Amino acid sequence: MTAVLRAEGLGKRYRRRWALSDCTVDIPAGQVVGLVGPNGAGKTTLLHLAVGLLQPTAGTIEVLGDRPAASPAQLARVGFVAQDTPTYSGLSVADHLRLGAHLNPGWDARTATDRIERLGLDLRQRAGKLSGGQRAQLALTLALAKKPVLLILDEPVASLDPLARREFLQSLLEAVVDQGLSVVLSSHLVADLERACDYLIVLIGSRVQIAGEVDHLLDTHHLLTGPRRDPARIPEDLQVISASHTDRQTTLTVRTEGPIHDPAWTVSKIGLEDLVLAYMSRTADAARRPALEVQR
Amino acid sequence: MIWLTWRQFRAQTVVAAGALALLAVALAVTGSQLVHLYDTTVATCQAHHDCQIAIGAFESEDTFLQDLIPVVMLVAPALIGIFWGAPLIAHELETGTQRLAWTQSVSRLRWLAVKLSLAGLVSMATAGLLSLMVTWWSSPFDRLGMNRLDPTIFSERGIVPVGYAAFAFALGVTAGMLIRRTVPAMAGTLAVFAAVVAGFALRVRFHLIPPLHLTAPLNMSWVTQTGSFGRPGHSALLVGISPNLPGAWVNSAQVTTAAGRTSLGPALPACGPNFTYSACTAAIARLHLRQVIVYQPGSRFWALQWYETAIYLALALALAGFCVWWVRRRVS
Repeated sequence: MTAVLRAEGLGKRYRRRWALSDCTVDIPAGQVVGLVGPNGAGKTTLLHLAVGLLQPTAGTIEVLGDRPAASPAQLARVGFVAQDTPTYSGLSVADHLRLGAHLNPGWDARTATDRIERLGLDLRQRAGKLSGGQRAQLALTLALAKKPVLLILDEPVASLDPLARREFLQSLLEAVVDQGLSVVLSSHLVADLERACDYLIVLIGSRVQIAGEVDHLLDTHHLLTGPRRDPARIPEDLQVISASHTDRQTTLTVRTEGPIHDPAWTVSKIGLEDLVLAYMSRTADAARRPALEVQR
Repeated sequence: MIWLTWRQFRAQTVVAAGALALLAVALAVTGSQLVHLYDTTVATCQAHHDCQIAIGAFESEDTFLQDLIPVVMLVAPALIGIFWGAPLIAHELETGTQRLAWTQSVSRLRWLAVKLSLAGLVSMATAGLLSLMVTWWSSPFDRLGMNRLDPTIFSERGIVPVGYAAFAFALGVTAGMLIRRTVPAMAGTLAVFAAVVAGFALRVRFHLIPPLHLTAPLNMSWVTQTGSFGRPGHSALLVGISPNLPGAWVNSAQVTTAAGRTSLGPALPACGPNFTYSACTAAIARLHLRQVIVYQPGSRFWALQWYETAIYLALALALAGFCVWWVRRRVS
């Protein structure tokens, strides 16, 4: 599997604050990759570094085998839809298409006009007068019509209502099938990604917690429920991601390649959302642990 | 990129062109009448011996435009900096559209270079046309002995307005890029521009070319003020002159003793309250005082214009270079 995006020890500092630190990630080609993590995990910073809007403070990042925004040719191979899908509010839809045609040598006018027509957007309408969903679609059209190899979207549906959200993701997936491109899509909402992605990266505290194909992740993670037992007595071959205990019951989220034989456990399938939440709560615990030791 | 810049800057260009056209019509109509009037009255007044009346009548022509033009010339470069320069980048950073622009297949350097040069050229052309019209329209008044090196007139004629416009524009762009918000950038642009232009006119311009020094025996016909200052009984002589050097910009006109000292000695009784003006001047003449005048002659008008324009253009270029560096390194 070749990587469309490869980062090593990547870090970005604003004055004193590190928005992203020591991030190492490999994003494979030919997939719709979901980048999920809580707010402030460094998703936007990572994606901005990937499209060359930011320069790294530390480490390296390579996109499609080259430094981001190294040349116009490199820029042409990466499509980007920024958070809140910015467009020029004073320019009409037609102006935006003309902008795309003038600024991108590989511009596909057919794709662009077909999409706009299918979406029912009025060419003379100013972008500032479009609804959030329409604006997101316009931004996506611009990114798709430049015929990129890799399409990067930063929380494209965060500000959309559920219907617009579904329509946007659907039209994105159709385009992906048509053009056969790689996609990296960030969100803090797992439900959005569940529908669209076949590869998932969980980024928390600028570190990759887990990365893999969605099906594989779901196959190797399980939710175990059983009578309460001491966390120290859980078998070694189970990698516990999160655990919660009541007086009589223990619930574990575990990762394992093999089957679970212990009859004391009730094994159930885990949803993607629970899986991600398990990783998020684990890092939250890890962050709390030193403080607890001090109290002791 | 040229198309996008033009599309974003179209409205401003149209407004500027409209305003220029309006002013051009007003100036063309009144200006040609002024030239005719000048040729028929002021130019021939020597023959009719009515110069004072002719000049007075001429100077009261088109007073509205005469009052309006200095205001227009004063504010035009500042407006260019505020409304064209400051929003150029700040507005993109404020609305986040730079994330759209910089991820098309055009390098950031090219994006900025095209924006800067296109909008900068429109700014300079606007100021240049404005100055051309105003300089032509005002030329009859300027010929009437109005001093072209006078700070208010000098900065409203010739080519310096082009330099001001370029500088104000580049300053606005820089402020917008550093402050990243349009309205504060506008305020910052105005403050810095006003300070620089005022400081330059008051402190720097006179020294662009080493000034001439006229050291000569006191010319009694230039003396405009005589008297004394200090306590009664210990008062010192005071002689003020106002040199009559047509077209010259006089920075200082001092009266000294023959030995070169600036204190002229005790007050003269002949210049006291009970004596006539002629007795006073006669007494002063006997002191063999000298005058030291530091000035720029009127013939240096164009040399000073070129120097000042070049300096402002260089400042504008330096700011533009800084913008390029900053946009590639720091901004995102």
